[in-house]
This record gives sequence, C-alpha cells and structure tokens, in this order.
Amino acid sequence: MTQNGRPQLVVLNAGPGVTLQDEGRRGLLRYGVTTAGPMDPLAFATANWIAGNPVGSTAVEVSQGGIDLACEGGEVGIAFAGGHFQITLDEEPMPPSGYVTLRPGSRLSIRAGESGGWCYLAPCVQLDVEPVLNSLSTHVRSGIGGLNGKALAAGDRIGIATSHAPAASMAKVKTPWLLPTASPIRVVLGPQDDYFAADEIAKFLDGPWKIGARGDRMAYFLEGPVLTHVKGYNIVSDGIAMGAIQIPGNGQPIVLMADRQPTGGYPKIATIIGSDIGRFAQARAGESVHFTSVHIDEAVAIRRRVMDVFSSPPRLDPIIRRNFPARLLLSSNLVDGYFPA
Amino acid sequence: MTAAACDVRFLDAGETALVVEFGTRVDPSINALVLALDRDLSDRELEGIIETVPTYRSLMVHYNPFLIARGDLVRQVEELLATSSGEPVVGRNWEIPCCYDGQHGEDLDDIARTLGIGREDAIAHHAGATFRVYMCGFAPGFTYLGGLPEALHISRRESPRPPHAAGAVLVGGGLATIASFAMPTGWYVIGQTPERLYAPERQDAFLLSPGDTVRFRRIGVDEFDVLEAQAATAAVISRTFP
Repeated sequence: MTQNGRPQLVVLNAGPGVTLQDEGRRGLLRYGVTTAGPMDPLAFATANWIAGNPVGSTAVEVSQGGIDLACEGGEVGIAFAGGHFQITLDEEPMPPSGYVTLRPGSRLSIRAGESGGWCYLAPCVQLDVEPVLNSLSTHVRSGIGGLNGKALAAGDRIGIATSHAPAASMAKVKTPWLLPTASPIRVVLGPQDDYFAADEIAKFLDGPWKIGARGDRMAYFLEGPVLTHVKGYNIVSDGIAMGAIQIPGNGQPIVLMADRQPTGGYPKIATIIGSDIGRFAQARAGESVHFTSVHIDEAVAIRRRVMDVFSSPPRLDPIIRRNFPARLLLSSNLVDGYFPA
Repeated sequence: MTAAACDVRFLDAGETALVVEFGTRVDPSINALVLALDRDLSDRELEGIIETVPTYRSLMVHYNPFLIARGDLVRQVEELLATSSGEPVVGRNWEIPCCYDGQHGEDLDDIARTLGIGREDAIAHHAGATFRVYMCGFAPGFTYLGGLPEALHISRRESPRPPHAAGAVLVGGGLATIASFAMPTGWYVIGQTPERLYAPERQDAFLLSPGDTVRFRRIGVDEFDVLEAQAATAAVISRTFP
C-alpha cells in the first residue's frame, strides 16, 4: 500500500476543516491569491520547533472536528501543540504539547478538549505533496494546495519524502506561552481608526465581544456594542493584513484571519498584533474577548520576547507508555484492516 | 500628479504591514503613483520586505519588523518618493477576446435599458475602450480595470445577482472587471472571455499585472467555443501588442 517503500500517513477520520498548512503562500497577494497558512502561527511554530523541523514546515491543522491518524510502511515522529485538545495515542492520553512516535498499527486521535479551536500536528518529515504556487497551504475556497485543494478526509494518504530521526519515542514539552489567559487581546489601532470618533474607539476596546457562531478560517465575527463610523463605512478597497478588524455597516466587527481575501473595502479600526492572533484564533464561538491597544514599538518588542522561546531547543520530558494495544503487538499486516482500500 | 502633490499617509496595519496611502479615491493618477512606488520599492530589494500589494490608491507593504524597523521602512519610502523619476509603470498591452452575444453577455439588455442606450452602442463603448489594470484582489486572477467609458457607468445592483460563469466581463459602479471564478455579484455581466486569467498549470499562472492595459476584441459565439477549447490546454489566447 505504500509508495516506493516509504511511510505514509493515513487519515482514518477527519472532521470538517482539517487542512495541511505551511507558513503560507507568499508573494502572490498582488494577484489575488490568499496567503492561507496557520490560524495560530505561534502554536504552529511551536509544533515545528518540538519536531525539530525547519521553520514553516507543513503541519496538519486540526479543527475542533478532530482527526484520527495512522501510518503505514514505517514509523513517523509527530509533534503536537495548540489549544487544549484531547490527544490520545491508542487511548493513552497525551499532554497538550509534546511528541509521539506513530508506528504502524497505532492510532493518534485528536479531539476538541477543554479549550481552543486549533491543534497542529507537525510530522518530522518532508511531505511528498506537490506544492501549488510554491506552497502546500490549503485554501479551500479557491481549491488550492493541500491534497487536491481540499480539506483532509477519511481515506486520504499523505506521502512522505524524507523523515528525520525522532528525538524521543514519546515526550511532553512545557509550552506555557500557549496556555489560555483571560488577558485582553492586544491590537495596534488603524489603519482606518480615523473613521471612528474617540468614544467609539473606547467602546471598541472595552467590548466585551462575543465570538459569533459563523466564524471560519476566513474571518471571525464579533457580537457586542454597535460601533458607528464618522465617515461612512465604504472605503475604496485597500490591503488587508491578518488580524485586521473591519467594521461593516452594521457596526459589528469582523476579524480577518488566515484565509482572508487580499483586499477589501470596509474601514479597519485596528489590527491584532502577531503575538496575540493565535490566542484570539483559539477562542471558540460563544467565548468572550476584549481588546487593549499597544503602540507599534511595543508590539514589536512583544513579538521579539515571544519568538525568543524558540532560540533554544525544546526540553523533552519522556513519557513512559503504559497501554500497548494487541493490534500493535501483533503485526503490522493488520493495519490494512483499518481501512478497506 | 507627483507624490509630493498629494498627501501621502503612512498607516499601520499591525506591526508587520504598512499602508502607504496616496489618496482615498479611484483615480488613474493616484493609481499610477501606487504602481510607481511598488516598482521602485521592488527595484531597491530591501531586506525584510515580504511582499507588496498595490491597490487603487495605496500600497500595502508586508514586512518583517526584525529585519527592517517601521521607521527605516518609512524613511526608505519617503526617499523613494522624493527621488522617484515619476515615470509611470509601463505594463504590457493586451487584446483579450470577449463575446457579447447570447448568454455570454447575459446582462447586456439590462445595462442598455438602465443606461438608455442601444445594446450595440453598449458593446461598441466597451470594445472601443482601453482599460488599465488598477489592481488584482478578491480571488486569484480577479482583475479590476479602470477606464470604463462614462456611457457605461452603471450603479451596482442593490442585491447580488446569481453566480456568473468564470471569465465573466463585468461593469458596475464606474469600474470594470474580469472575474476569474464563478461567483454571485452586484455587478452586471456585459460579456465573457474564453481566456483564463488564472491557470495554475500554465507557466505564467496569472495573465495580467497591475499597470497592464487591456482592450477587448469582439468575438462571436463560434470563435468563443474554439478559443475556450484552446485555453483549456493552458494556452494563452490573448495577444499583446506594442
């Protein structure tokens, strides 16, 4: 079942919205091509850091829909990090951030847990997937990247070109920077904060805002006080950065996320700083957020502090495995039984 | 117009994107300044610039603040604006086939009726004009064109019409576009091109760039079918001219 005798990852089940993402498609916004990339860039970077991968390597972005993953043809090291998901290897619970070696016959299961919306699985491999426009990032709306431009689904097989040696068989890693906090999400005001009077900006910062139900990788919708514009709400289209908070005519903010369109025509009151966009992305529908504004110099300083954690290698605390399922102890020829071909 | 003659503003879109805003209107002279800065900044090959996004009226510069500080970026842009030759970007000149007949020009009767002109007049205005690519955006290959003759200025619809086909040539709100994907729209379908503005398997995946000019060559339904079959093989069926 494997190609060229190399291992493959096999998707046994996948909920909606589970996609392959690298650091995004760069340089083509000017042609209307969305960057895509991870919703939580910090958790994505953390998973690749634990895996010992080059920065920006392709990971599986798991939504609250969850995924069950197996492998064939050889073992695959997989690092994971993100929201507080329920992660199990053959029913043995794993910490929210860590590392496992997936062997033929084993099953890695990720389910929505206590909190958070996105979890990243970074295999210690280079995937054998053809990039589209220089990136593996999946943008489902335009059908670009990933496997045939689509979200992962049961039956998908992800080829592996090369893999590097796992650092340990199983380990947990402390990643306090990914823990949820109640502290406000930091923003830099602008680029169109001059479309709002001072008291409207204060109203925006105070909130509180409830995350609406219809958010996705393109945008999150916020519900709260109605904001009014001083100069109308139609602007001639200009560029949109990730985390841009635009205020349409109904006065309810829309936060533009990884799959945002490159340009748009509503005034943007503020932009979530890079270090907090992941924390914001992890908020689930119905949860409450509020904002605080920082100067751009402070945003850069915070970014520097956050990125500093990746300057030294991760400390892997080994996990001793207790459960060995019979199917793993038997032989890997049972694996095909998972999954009628 | 020179950059000095309009009020250039530097606006932050977070700590990794800077908006250089030349104006707030759709105006060919403002767009020419945007595209000239885009070219000049690209020529300078500054470390830390990730990519730039020209729009009608502003240039968004995505940058890595660890490699180029905001203040340095602003200074570089100011210097470029002060020393720029002011030469507009010279793009390629395209002649793109467009069919106005039958279903291809689905909304032509609506356009003619709303504007109080004849159907053939509407076609003649559109096929006789030279458009300029102001910007791309919204979706891969989706292209916004300036230069729509006044006779074809039509307000956008109050509510969107059902999805048009890919390659729809649209007018609305004083602008024109070529839509690379099928989608609902508040604009009017005046014609359809068999050309593919975005073809990922083609060597040049994107046909048009900001600064290019576009003229439409009227074709009939039969020629549309022939050209569409050619375009499906990743051939470019439009022509460039000097």
